[in-house]
Amino acid sequence: MNPNSLVSIDDLSKEQILQLLETARYFEEHPNHKILDGKVVATLFFEPSTRTRLSFETAVNRLGGRVIGFSDASTTSSSKGETLKDTIKMVSNYVDLIIMRHYLEGAARYATEVTEIPVINAGDGANQHPSQTMLDLYSILKTQGTLENLTITMVGDLKYGRTVHSLLMAMKYFKPTFRFVACDELKMPREYIDFCERQGIPYEEHKDFSREVIDSSDIIYMTRVQRERFSDIMEYERVKDLYTLHNSMLDTSKENLRILHPLPRVNEISHDVDDNPKAYYFDQARNGLFARQALICRALGIKVPR
Amino acid sequence: MTKTDKEMAVAALESGTVIDHIPSDALFKCVKILRLAEMPHKLTIGNNLESGRLGTKGIIKVADTFFPEAVLNRIALIAPSAVVNIIRDYKVAEKRPVSLPKQLRGIVKCNNPKCITNNEPMATIFEADADNSALIRCRYCNHTVEAAKAEIL
Repeated sequence: MNPNSLVSIDDLSKEQILQLLETARYFEEHPNHKILDGKVVATLFFEPSTRTRLSFETAVNRLGGRVIGFSDASTTSSSKGETLKDTIKMVSNYVDLIIMRHYLEGAARYATEVTEIPVINAGDGANQHPSQTMLDLYSILKTQGTLENLTITMVGDLKYGRTVHSLLMAMKYFKPTFRFVACDELKMPREYIDFCERQGIPYEEHKDFSREVIDSSDIIYMTRVQRERFSDIMEYERVKDLYTLHNSMLDTSKENLRILHPLPRVNEISHDVDDNPKAYYFDQARNGLFARQALICRALGIKVPR
Repeated sequence: MTKTDKEMAVAALESGTVIDHIPSDALFKCVKILRLAEMPHKLTIGNNLESGRLGTKGIIKVADTFFPEAVLNRIALIAPSAVVNIIRDYKVAEKRPVSLPKQLRGIVKCNNPKCITNNEPMATIFEADADNSALIRCRYCNHTVEAAKAEIL
């Protein structure tokens, strides 16, 4: 296993996270720094994810590296029954870094065990997606000037949303206060509530997305409430609009409040919010490029000037 | 029935390993974990025997066999109350509890159908959960399994 591989945000210490964020800031100022000259990076997308793949591939291209790979496993030998191990071993002969997305949970961890080439997990099923967490952290840092002592409100699907779970875990270093706003069917799972208690992180659980909750937040992290998550479709119809953010709800919110969303959005953020300066979700996606440039350099062991 | 009668119910062992105080519902899982079906030695398995501590218990006696400690400790997964007796010359030479190893390799099936371990020819790895001693966690997909209910491979 290569020690520079990144499977889960939990693999990173506070210092490593802060260093990566500093590197991301450097790349925001110098997005076209060609320090990957001569490097070849594989993007192996066993499951299609256009947004994540384009972001990683842009990151490599802007750093001057070359990309090989596939965006759909149906065009590869895995459709002929080749094991993941064999695919990873074969690709390892050609490249300096593997960035992979897989529909099976644990696929990235297993890949790190069968190759000496560094591996970055670009999402493994419902399990981990550390580059999303890095761009969320970078967005919070950039908009608030700090990661410390912030009140972060998570809204919508807190049960299945892997981005909120990873963000929650990563924030443990930075003394946050959490608000979890969700209906019973989609509330934050017990293990993450226990995690907050063990870490001494203050949290509140709310069913109402109330003005009081909004007005005391520094960050509101919206997520998509998906119909297929509900066992009772009537329950979905009842709650789907309760967790929609409208521009008028932000009237008395804090000046520094920013709205984040991992995208794609459906109707949980009304379009009239888009022009509000507190809407940050499109910039957030752009930050993904810089966060991923930082992750790629770390994985390759390339020093970035400060 | 006197104590002597009870002891007579299972033949004495000259040399080997006795695993006692196994919860009755975990006995056959222990047999599977220790791969006893593949063993050529004399083997005695008793179940639903009276036990002050457990209500009923199971017991396993294997003649002329001394398991590595790491192997025996695997049964702590489902039978943490089990006690191992090493018998030499009809006497208990050593008596010790079992304790769950840090890592269980190739023993427990992950119950997440979308876990890589259920889709690749590879060994499962479970680790004791840092926060809840009743749970073990899949190293790959992070799903937890209640140790006592683990499905043995």
